[in-house]
Amino acid sequence: MNLVPEFDPLFFSEAALRMRGYRQQILASNMANIDTPGYKARDVLFSQALREQVEGTAYSNALPLSASNDRHYRIGGSLPGAPALLYRMPMQPALDGNTVDVETERSHFADNAVRTEAAMTMLNSVIASRRLALTGNQ
Amino acid sequence: MSLMRSFQVASTALSSQSLRMNALASNLANAESVSGPDGKPYRPKHVVFRPAPILGEVAAGVEVAAVKEDMRDGPKVYKPGHPSADASGYIQMPNVNPVEVMVDMVSASRSYQMNVEVMNTSKQLMLKMLDLGRG
Repeated sequence: MNLVPEFDPLFFSEAALRMRGYRQQILASNMANIDTPGYKARDVLFSQALREQVEGTAYSNALPLSASNDRHYRIGGSLPGAPALLYRMPMQPALDGNTVDVETERSHFADNAVRTEAAMTMLNSVIASRRLALTGNQ
Repeated sequence: MSLMRSFQVASTALSSQSLRMNALASNLANAESVSGPDGKPYRPKHVVFRPAPILGEVAAGVEVAAVKEDMRDGPKVYKPGHPSADASGYIQMPNVNPVEVMVDMVSASRSYQMNVEVMNTSKQLMLKMLDLGRG
């Protein structure tokens, strides 16, 4: 077992929590637009989004791109932007072009909520163990 | 904070769905209104939704793009004694199909409930978030 984790657990839990909140927002807007003609359901690929978040910020000094002109892209060294939003594969699209499926969205939403709580529990335990280390159980 | 945005998104959905419910209630109430202020039968109203982008966010709420009137004519009913009856004794009814309206109403109410649940879940998560590090 690796005693020194690859990422700071405090930082990792925070990134996970942030991405969970982000996904919650996407799923909420899918459910808000359940009766909107032509609306396409969206989602993020969570594992990829979280990896980008963690690696982007954790290795912010990796491969810096020198920008000598204002119009050059700035990659590395800055906080990563929002993860890519994908479109959900429609199971049974409606005739008005809406691809929001109630069951899918609800199950994803519930799943995301539970996992958000799990991330919070993890973060809590990390904070508790740090506090224990600081105070020495006084 | 993104969980706050979930609230905002769900609240746009609640107001849009309640507007839809209002329009449906008006349609149902006026199912027999053969002459309005303009002397013509009532035109059923339909609410059209569109996504409402939230500034600086990827998530979109929903808003009412338009309230459209159903311009189709309803059935003609033979009622010779009616004050609005034409020369051959027929009156023009509004094009309101109560079954259709009820189905639409159930759909609106389900969507409303679902968005209330979204709000509830977000609220619980946020309350728990406030307690982070207290343990």
